[in-house]
Amino acid sequence: MKNTISILVENRPGVLARIAAMFSARNYNIDSLSVAETTDPTISRITCTAVGDDLQIEQVMKQLRKLIDVIRVVNFTTANGDFITREMVLIKVSAKERNRAEIMRTSDIFRAKIVDASRESLTLEVTGDEKKINAILELLKPFGILEIARTGQVALSRGGKRLIDRRSGSVKSPVLRTSNRPGVR
Amino acid sequence: MKKRTGAQIIFESFLREGVEVIFGYPGGAVIHLYDELINHPHIKHVLVRHEQGAIHAADGYARATGKTGVCLVTSGPGATNVVTGVVTAFMDSIPIVVLTGQVATNQMGNDAFQEADILGITRTCTKHNYLVKETGDLGRVIREAFHIASTGRPGPVLVDLPKDVITGEASVESPEKFEVRGYAPVTLGHSGQIKVAVREILKAKKPVIYAGGGVIHSGAQEELLALAELARIPVTVTLLGLGGFPGDHPLFLGMLGMHGTYAANTAITQCDLLFAIGSRFDDRVTGKVETFAPSARIIHVDIDPSSISKNVTVNVPIVGDAKNILSRMVKGLKEHGDVWKGARKPWLEEVRGYAAEHPLRYQPSQTVIKPQYVIQQIHRLTRGEAIVATEVGQNQMWTAQFYRFTRPRTILSSGGLGTMGYGLPAAIGAQVAFPGRIVFDIAGEGSFQMNAQELATAVQYRLPIKVAILNNHSLGMVRQWQELFFDKRYSETALDVQPDFVRLAEAYGAVGLRADHPRDVLPCLKKALSIQGPVVMDFIVDPEENVFPMVPPGHGIDQMILAKPDKKAKKVVPLTFPS
Repeated sequence: MKNTISILVENRPGVLARIAAMFSARNYNIDSLSVAETTDPTISRITCTAVGDDLQIEQVMKQLRKLIDVIRVVNFTTANGDFITREMVLIKVSAKERNRAEIMRTSDIFRAKIVDASRESLTLEVTGDEKKINAILELLKPFGILEIARTGQVALSRGGKRLIDRRSGSVKSPVLRTSNRPGVR
Repeated sequence: MKKRTGAQIIFESFLREGVEVIFGYPGGAVIHLYDELINHPHIKHVLVRHEQGAIHAADGYARATGKTGVCLVTSGPGATNVVTGVVTAFMDSIPIVVLTGQVATNQMGNDAFQEADILGITRTCTKHNYLVKETGDLGRVIREAFHIASTGRPGPVLVDLPKDVITGEASVESPEKFEVRGYAPVTLGHSGQIKVAVREILKAKKPVIYAGGGVIHSGAQEELLALAELARIPVTVTLLGLGGFPGDHPLFLGMLGMHGTYAANTAITQCDLLFAIGSRFDDRVTGKVETFAPSARIIHVDIDPSSISKNVTVNVPIVGDAKNILSRMVKGLKEHGDVWKGARKPWLEEVRGYAAEHPLRYQPSQTVIKPQYVIQQIHRLTRGEAIVATEVGQNQMWTAQFYRFTRPRTILSSGGLGTMGYGLPAAIGAQVAFPGRIVFDIAGEGSFQMNAQELATAVQYRLPIKVAILNNHSLGMVRQWQELFFDKRYSETALDVQPDFVRLAEAYGAVGLRADHPRDVLPCLKKALSIQGPVVMDFIVDPEENVFPMVPPGHGIDQMILAKPDKKAKKVVPLTFPS
């Protein structure tokens, strides 16, 4: 299953390398990764998606928490409560005279923006969840997609809760969630 | 405020952290630190002969004392030479602060002379690592480094020090208080989980305790003993757990795992409750995971949440410090009075039966030295009280089996990484910490040669280390695998060409002794112990001797190859614990 994991980290050089190195050293796969500073300039948020079974993802979470520069980790996919994910993609489509109207209609349906146009091509900016982006890519394929650039997912939980309460500083979840889960032995 | 150089700030930090010894090797990038060292006569510096020796010595010092070891090396090759030792310490959770020199910040990334990206190299094999870019950060970073290395699950922390940071000046005080907001190890066990664990023990008919290095790190040996005796639970330990439970106690089953005892491995296979403490279900312990403790419920106490349910799913996880949790469990168990009296009899009898059936044994010989015999004699002469470092391979497993460790911090052995060449420098670290105690390095001739240069260090500092080489003229453990699993196709495991170890020792200024007949073993050991300085003993042992029991790789721990019984030997009667 695909898991969307949100990680708050110290905004320092080398932290991303540390996380990427942990994933590769422990033979885990990252599907996508996006990183940027938060409103607190000392903290960055990393959103990553990783595929694995429950046990593997639980290990990923624990190994992430073990890193000293990691302040807080939440797996939105397994945590209680809903969350929203978005990603953005730039799509350069081959657009000949006879296709242009059709491409622009498709763009409208997906509320995409045309951000660049030339005689041979149109470049679309699309934002949405993974499904929507895959859907528009599928529809544009017949016209000839020249290249794309995707950001990878970002995610936030719904409602007023935050991942970190700045007043109380940070706390890594000390309680193990594993307890009493019937084991596959 | 007066400005101080980076070098001065680093030594002030050492003072604050109570550093007594540094194991190191100088070089261009750290030359200013070595200049400052002269101003601090209260800090002892041990000059090794290879940086790998420095890191293993700091490791041996840390294992023997429980304090944080300190290792100081230069940039580039100095730094890369410590990597094996850093991984060794990382795998075995040993607290070490490693200071590496680095080229000046304006040269970094330019492939400067003796530049290596040691931060990148050690990112996944340190508990944490730092590159200090400002002299003003030094005080804080070194405080954090010692804090992180020594708390929670201990481990090595590396601090990379560019030359201009060492020579630069700053007027910042080392902070009294500091906060690492991403680091808060849980030490107090969860009360609810502790109650659940107590209930599990009350329910169990056939419990076994499986204790690892965490018991030693936490200093929980007394609590472990109290709990085992109270609830009458037999105890097995890992290689790193040896000494965490008295090896001569009637409840002691011996080590478990690939070369564990028949009693320990069988008890694990039969038990209905496995109580794991500070151990991580390593593959050398579990063998084939599917058949490890197949009918047991599992309690697992560990300070590192990521150790829990990593290889084997656990029923009752308790994150925290073993000493804290065990003492509270003892209290909880005592509330139930002595309900185990009598009730535990069938299980203890059963386990005693396993021990009597297949004890640890070997075929004694009148003509050729058996390596196990040498270790038994070392144990006898030192009354089990020596600090014993081992190398890696057969020598290590025989030591674990036949030197009955009774106290914590007396075995120094590279468990997780299995680093050949570890023993001699580790013994140096321990002997520096305890000049008055007997320190042995039980070695193979293969491993010994991987860091034999450290004999010079032992001689220079008059460290009376006794190296006992069990010389079987081969890389014995690999040879054993080739004999058993590769139809005796011996590939590159013969070590027929070797130095004359007696003359090698003498060349270094140590004493060399040799024994090639069983009757010479005891006199040789006695003579070595009577000599004040370092001694190398070359015991020419049976080249065909194997380590048994052995669980073939990929098999369950109930599928052991056992030593052939010796018909002449007296029947072994295991000690009885009043049940």
